[in-house]
Amino acid sequence: MPVAEVARRVGEVPDPELPMIGLGDLGVVESVAVADDGNLEVAILPTFLGCPALPAITASVLEVLARCGHPEGRVRQVLAPPWSSDRISERGRAALAAHGIAPPAAPDAPEPVRLGLGTPCPHCGSLATRPHSAFGPARCQSMLHCAGCQETFPLMTAM
Amino acid sequence: MADTAATRPEQVTEAALARYTLRIGDDALVLAQRLCQWITRAPTIEEDLALSNIALDLVGHARTLLALGGRLDGTGRTEDDLAFLRTEREFTNALLVELPGGDFARTVARQLAYTHHAVLLYGALAESTHQELAAFAVRAAKEVAYHRRHADDWVVRLGLGTEESARRMRAGLERVWPCTAELFEEDPLVRGLVASGAVPAPGPLHERWRQEVAAVLDRAGLPLPAPKWHATGGRDGLHTEAFGPLVAELQSVRRQFPGGTW
Repeated sequence: MPVAEVARRVGEVPDPELPMIGLGDLGVVESVAVADDGNLEVAILPTFLGCPALPAITASVLEVLARCGHPEGRVRQVLAPPWSSDRISERGRAALAAHGIAPPAAPDAPEPVRLGLGTPCPHCGSLATRPHSAFGPARCQSMLHCAGCQETFPLMTAM
Repeated sequence: MADTAATRPEQVTEAALARYTLRIGDDALVLAQRLCQWITRAPTIEEDLALSNIALDLVGHARTLLALGGRLDGTGRTEDDLAFLRTEREFTNALLVELPGGDFARTVARQLAYTHHAVLLYGALAESTHQELAAFAVRAAKEVAYHRRHADDWVVRLGLGTEESARRMRAGLERVWPCTAELFEEDPLVRGLVASGAVPAPGPLHERWRQEVAAVLDRAGLPLPAPKWHATGGRDGLHTEAFGPLVAELQSVRRQFPGGTW
């Protein structure tokens, strides 16, 4: 199987904590390439250094590599370039919003982006939302409250 | 002989850098352990999530730093070996992070001191001549900046809250402040690494830290403590009485089930 096809399949592996989005759209797959020893190597960028999903991600990717005929394939964690929420693709942002998670501010948003300011509610679209808690159900999310529909919803933190 | 002379400076630098990464890795690990003690005891469920998520990040920092230290010092020790198999005397964290949590205000006071220090340190380490350490610092700096905002918000809220919350916040600051200077201590190890460009000089960081925390305390209507002494010894493995029980708890599962995995 060509490397590009393996890379596509690796990119489609769902994130364990955000299963509506694939690793590719989340921007955590830095590269899929043949290493010096001839084995396929996938470089993964951790979203957070203490992300508890990393072992699960590694196991899922190894499984895909094995299924694609690369049982000797490896997963390597790399820190450069640093992962940032700017790496989430347009398709990924749409998938998050469709599942009630407000996507992080777009890469070209003016800095600094204060938590949740003017974040549209993923349920009703209202801009009358305010921060509720800077920390949410997963490390990469904070909680906001919508005054429009009274829902509390997670926001993927811009990092 | 020529070979030995040529490789020695390199080895000395790597061993020194290993000791340095263990120091700051131990800071993160021990503070994470202290913060975890708040789980199910925090004032609100949101705060429970906040403190445990901050602790989770710090464990991530500690893992990266300890793993790097184990590789650099040539002993081949893994992050787990270093966290779970060293004795109390072998930990080189600053005393600030091992102080018992006290009440919530004291925990907030420590978070204020640590997070402002960590943002400055990691920001400067991002320029390190050691690429791996620099890559770690770029990433970690963003995470501790988020923790810093959490600490700043609470300092202001408690400082401007009620008479009781302000009294507790003042008491918390008074208690932890004598332990803050140790974060910026310069000993021969640090001096050597500063000269090689691997780590930043602590003096200028300390000055910026003073200005930044003073600005936050000013917003909170709280006085900047001026301790007449400062605690030291953590970097040499000399710890407070509270540290033994902390290490025992940290290592208890590993010691009961050596080599266990799940």
